[in-house]
Amino acid sequence: MIPGAFEYHRPTSVDEAIALMSRHGDEGRVIAGGHSLIPMMKLRLAEPGHLIDLRDLVSLKGIRPAGRCIEIGAMTTQQEVVASELLAEACPILREAALLIADPQVRYCGTLGGNVANGDPGNDMPAVMQCLDASFVLRGPKGEREVPARDFYEAAYFTARAEDELLTAVSLPIPPAGHGYAYEKLKRKVGDYATAAAAVVLTMSGGSCESASIALTNVGQTPLFAEAAGQALVGTKVDEAAVARAVEAAKDIAEPVADMRGPEEYRTHVTGVMVRRAVERALARAQA
Amino acid sequence: MSKIPVKMTVNGRAVDELVEPRLLLVHFLREKLNLTGPHVGCETSHCGACTIDLDGMSVKSCTVFAVQAEGAEITTVEGMANADGSLSALQEGFMQEHGLQCGYCTPGMIMRAHRLLRENANPSDEEIRWELSGNLCRCTGYQNIVKAVRYAADKLNAQQEAAE
Repeated sequence: MIPGAFEYHRPTSVDEAIALMSRHGDEGRVIAGGHSLIPMMKLRLAEPGHLIDLRDLVSLKGIRPAGRCIEIGAMTTQQEVVASELLAEACPILREAALLIADPQVRYCGTLGGNVANGDPGNDMPAVMQCLDASFVLRGPKGEREVPARDFYEAAYFTARAEDELLTAVSLPIPPAGHGYAYEKLKRKVGDYATAAAAVVLTMSGGSCESASIALTNVGQTPLFAEAAGQALVGTKVDEAAVARAVEAAKDIAEPVADMRGPEEYRTHVTGVMVRRAVERALARAQA
Repeated sequence: MSKIPVKMTVNGRAVDELVEPRLLLVHFLREKLNLTGPHVGCETSHCGACTIDLDGMSVKSCTVFAVQAEGAEITTVEGMANADGSLSALQEGFMQEHGLQCGYCTPGMIMRAHRLLRENANPSDEEIRWELSGNLCRCTGYQNIVKAVRYAADKLNAQQEAAE
């Protein structure tokens, strides 16, 4: 499995990278960790004529507080997400989700930016970002803009990012202190994509649910923000009836395709199971 | 496509070669440097037989282009023996605990375990299994691989204590 031939570029600044992307258009592809792109290139499902390696763009690395948000550079690896004390403290769902991505070797290379920008519905971080209401920072020849994760995904591998735009960072609002969270993912083995997965963040106050956000992985062409499912919990004690309504609301929007992971009915059922487990675990972690 | 120069340090040796950009690191190591320890198993970044140590990370060398490793410090299983030629604790562990049968996965297992023990000198059996989850073995059932890593951890920790 030998990838097609390409010309290799290693820009030393974001502007240079964007200029290369503009110049080469759909012949060019940026490479970050490469653990989605290189396998695609070996299968000749991707045959870029120009490969633009982002590895020297140190400004795209790092996890830093930015007011009420945390900004994570696009080239930050999953391993760096796992190891971050700032994230473990302020937004631990990221660590929980990152540890369910692939395996240790892949997490050393794979980047957060690549995971969210690629548009693969099997990737885990997009739904987590939708759950957290994060935004993606896109930079192109005309300047910078932010697109909410909930508006970013259009179809499998199609996103709001223009061809000459580079996703430089993820900006996520810090969830309230005491929030409960969970990412539940059913997979057949280490390294597999989800049969179905659910991200949940909720806050409780005086025994009742103040806010709840739920998003789903790999049960549609895109990650799915399950707004109605979250709303089904708000104002309740997150009792059995409320959880059952959230589960049904999530299953209503799930549209998995039949694949090696199972038929549609099974994967829809598993979606409900993942939502239930994630809500229950998030509730147990939330401070009332 | 023209070849481009790439420099890196492999097992302590400076390497300077001209490569096609599409050359994968595993082929570079095996075919240009004759280091056939990194094995080509699945070629799809699942099996871990091609695992090497690159700048302090365990990396599947079938999923990296050689040009991406510009300036890197690389260790393959060929660089694992002690300076006097004796086996390292991990290599000895795999031998003593029968951590291999056909041996195909072994170089990748040893390189991954090497990084694991650098990051966590005293892992539990469960941690060993979790951290080796990117390496597949079709012979051993993993039991003796876990014992081999345990053996190496115990030996290295005893050496460390003796030195202190």
